[in-house]
Amino acid sequence: MTGTEGSVSKEVPVVFHGEPGGGLAVAFWATLKRDLVLLLRRRSEVMNPLVFFAIVITLFPIGISPDPQLLTAIAPGLLWVAALLAALLSLDSLFRADYDDGSLEQLLLTPQPLAVLALAKVAVHWLLTGLPLALMAPLLGVMLALPAGSYGVLAVSLALGSASLSLIGAIGAALTVGLSRGGVLLSLLVLPLYIPVLIFGAGAVQAAIFGDGVMAHLAILGALLALALILAPLAIAASLRISING
Amino acid sequence: MWAFINKLRSPKWFYAISARLQPWFWAAALILIVIGSVWGLAFAPADYQQGNSFRIIYVHVPAAFLAQSIFVSMAIAGVVFMVWKIKIADMAAAMMAPLGAAMTFIALFSGAVWGVPTWGTWWMWDARLTSMLILLFLYLGVIALRGAFTSRDSASRAASVLAMVGVINIPIIKYSVDWWYTLHQPASFTITGRAAMPLEMWAPLLIMVLGFYCFFIALTLMRTRSEILRRESNKRWVRDLAGGER
Repeated sequence: MTGTEGSVSKEVPVVFHGEPGGGLAVAFWATLKRDLVLLLRRRSEVMNPLVFFAIVITLFPIGISPDPQLLTAIAPGLLWVAALLAALLSLDSLFRADYDDGSLEQLLLTPQPLAVLALAKVAVHWLLTGLPLALMAPLLGVMLALPAGSYGVLAVSLALGSASLSLIGAIGAALTVGLSRGGVLLSLLVLPLYIPVLIFGAGAVQAAIFGDGVMAHLAILGALLALALILAPLAIAASLRISING
Repeated sequence: MWAFINKLRSPKWFYAISARLQPWFWAAALILIVIGSVWGLAFAPADYQQGNSFRIIYVHVPAAFLAQSIFVSMAIAGVVFMVWKIKIADMAAAMMAPLGAAMTFIALFSGAVWGVPTWGTWWMWDARLTSMLILLFLYLGVIALRGAFTSRDSASRAASVLAMVGVINIPIIKYSVDWWYTLHQPASFTITGRAAMPLEMWAPLLIMVLGFYCFFIALTLMRTRSEILRRESNKRWVRDLAGGER
C-alpha cells in the first residue's frame, strides 16, 4: 500500500473496551464511530452525492420545461429518482476502501457476527448520504415548484426510504466489491430492487400534493425498512464472505 | 430423501440418470406443444371481443408462467447449492438463467404484439407488463453477476445469493407495482377479467403450459449435462466417456 489515504485509515484506532472478545454493542459502536470518523475526514466524498443530486435536479427544468405547473406534476418522481441515483453513486465506495486496505478481512475475523458490523457500516452510509439527501430535498423541491404542504412528507419519506435503499444497495455493493469494475454492475443489480421503495416514496409525496392520506405510504415504507433491517444484513454478510474468499 | 441428496452430489450419477429421463421429457414437450398449438391456433373458438388476436395467449401465458417459475427454481437451486454444496444445483441454476430471461422476453414481446390490436399501442405501463420488465432486469442482473467473476466458485455463490434476494423481492415488487398501477391509472383492461374462459379455449392453454414446462425440464437437463462434461472435463469418468465415444 503506497497511497497516503490507505496509511491514514490504518492509523484510526479501533478501541475495544473490556475483554478482547468485546460485547456486540461495543463492536457495533466502534465500527460505527470508525467509519464516521473516516468518512468525515474525506468531506468531498460526502458532498459529492449532494452536489450530484442538485445538478441532476437542475437538468430537468432545462431539459423538459421551466413551466411550474408541469414541474409540480413531475417533481415527486424527479426528486425521488434523483435522490435514489445520488445514493447509488456513493454505494460503490461503501466497502471499497476497507476491501483494498484489508480491514474488511479483519472485520470478518472478529468474534462478533459480521451481519451486525455490516449494519453499522450501512448505518454510517445512511447517516452521511440518505439523511443529508432527505434534508436537502425540500430545498430542491422549492425549485421544482412543489406545493407548500408536501415538504415535510418529502423529507420524511426520503429519510425512511433511503435507509431501505442503503440496506438493499449494500447487498449489491458487498457482492461487487471484489470485482475491479463493479460500478455499473452494481447499479444493474440494485436498481430493480429499488422499485418498491421508489413507488411508495414518490407515492407519499404525490399523496401529500393531492391532499390524500400519506400515512399509508409512510407505513409501508416503514414496513419495507423493517423487513430490510432483518434480512439485508444477513445477505450483506454472506456476500462479503463470498467477495473476500473468492 | 437424504440418500437422494447424497446421490445428487455425484455428477456421474446425475449424468447417467438424466440420460434416461431426457428423451421422455423431450417427447412429452414435443407432443404437448404440437397438440396445444394446433388445437389452440386452429380449432379453439375465436374470442367474441378480441377475435383471433387472443390466440397469442397460447404462447404468452406459458412463457409468463415459465419466466416466474424459472426464477423461483433458480433461487431454490441456489439454496440447495449454498446449504448442501451440491454442484449440480448450481450448474442447473446457471443453465436456467438464460432460458428464464428468454422466456421473460418472449412474454413481454408477445404481450406487446397482443397490445397492438387490443390496446392500440405496443407498450402500456400495465402492472403486469411492468413487473415482467423488472423480472427481466433481475434475470439480466443475475446473468451479469455470474459473468463478472473470474473464479467459478465465487460466481456460483454470488449468483445464488442474488437469486435468493431477488426471489424475496419478486412478490414485493409485484404487489407494489399493482398498487402503483391502481394509483396512477384506471384499470382499462385486465387479463383476470377473462378468467371465465370456456373449456375449448382453456384446455389447449393448459396443454401448452404443460408442454412448455416439459420443454424447460428437457432443455435444462440437456444443458446441465453438457455443463457437467465441461466442468468435470479433467475427471477420469469423463475422459473414459470421451475416449469410448471416439
